[in-house]
Amino acid sequence: MVVSTDLRGDRFSDFEPPPRHGRGLRWDGSIGGVWTLLAEISDPEIPVVSLLDLGIIRDVAHTPEGVTVTLTPTYAGCPATEVICADVKAVLAEAGIAHVTVRQQLTPAWTTDWISAKGRVALQDYGIAPPCAVAAERTQTLQFKPACPRCASHQTVCLSAFGATPCKALYRCETCREPFDFFKPL
Amino acid sequence: MSGDLVDTGLLGPAHLPYLLRLADGSLILAQRLLEWCGHGPVLEQDIAFANIALDLLGQARLLYTHAGAREGRGRDEDAFAYWRDEQAFLNPTLVELPNGDFAQSVVRTYAYVAYQHGLWPALQTSTDPALAAIAAKSHKETSYHVEHLEGWMIRLGDGTAESHTRMQRALDLVWPYTTELFTEDTVTLAVAADGLGPTTAHLAEQWTGATQAVLATATLQAPPPSPFRSTGQQGRHSDHLGYVLLEMQALTRAHPGARW
Repeated sequence: MVVSTDLRGDRFSDFEPPPRHGRGLRWDGSIGGVWTLLAEISDPEIPVVSLLDLGIIRDVAHTPEGVTVTLTPTYAGCPATEVICADVKAVLAEAGIAHVTVRQQLTPAWTTDWISAKGRVALQDYGIAPPCAVAAERTQTLQFKPACPRCASHQTVCLSAFGATPCKALYRCETCREPFDFFKPL
Repeated sequence: MSGDLVDTGLLGPAHLPYLLRLADGSLILAQRLLEWCGHGPVLEQDIAFANIALDLLGQARLLYTHAGAREGRGRDEDAFAYWRDEQAFLNPTLVELPNGDFAQSVVRTYAYVAYQHGLWPALQTSTDPALAAIAAKSHKETSYHVEHLEGWMIRLGDGTAESHTRMQRALDLVWPYTTELFTEDTVTLAVAADGLGPTTAHLAEQWTGATQAVLATATLQAPPPSPFRSTGQQGRHSDHLGYVLLEMQALTRAHPGARW
């Protein structure tokens, strides 16, 4: 039996983690330029989705010293929120904005309906079934039939109503038998 | 000096205790649920309790931060969570009761999240706009908690003879502590008068309607009303809270200001 002594060399030599945020971009001094920079920052838990596509950036405004970014947290207790605030400050500072304030705004509460079309496609390609629209009448909130992100089958069952992060539930596809994450509508 | 600040920042003397009742209720229940982490009867349930606890912790953090800002004496969320002693905590006794077996944890958690499910919509018209915003945000998450716990209430209540027996035993033990949630006192009366929050009668109506339907489907019987009233919201707790706080606060108090 051959046992590889260097799994890292065999399996992961090509693997480089995707950059968490864009490097080397400079701010052009405009509000639009800040939005462009924010589009380069990815969610810490789901790196294929940017903060813009996640729909959590509510406002960008000039202040006498720099800019203020207003964002809405996804889940009240989600630890990613703190990382996101730190990332925003770091990226904007790196791009040359002298003074960055990050404000959290609770109203209106974030909803998965704000995830952009591009964000939904990115989630799907990443193996996470995107959320369905939030129903006006919330009945049977945990009962969903998301399409499998791998084979598009609707023969799916919920394995766990709560998942690896607050925003997800764990499902299994009965057609291709693969488990997958489902982004819960909120 | 503090009196002036309280008058300007807080809407009346009941404002701070009311915010702390809500925040402490969420924090202490989160602590209890987290005791299940790594011990859940099945992996999915382990994850579910941990996730619900995280949402409750998020509620507590928002409420503490807001309470500290309104109070204007420089207290942040950590000051409230780690540096108050037992008598200063104003959570209802219900949430500090020991977890017991899984049935007892399900019944207790269901009782409280069902209460929150009626509370959050009523708070969305609060005269405290930040409290209304926290309530609107929390309500979406609580909807998931309620549905999940309802599922367990019914599955175990209307399950095997053993699961039914344990659920009924848990209900008999836990249910008398729910009366405190709907007991009028100077705080709840002032809160309702100031438009900060709903009356206890409104909350009782919401909660009773929702829980009665679930208990009926679960083939469980609420114990008859008793004169017993727990008093956690007055700062008079059961013996159990001290142990919860000891575990939660020990590290911070042993190493004040420590960071990592």
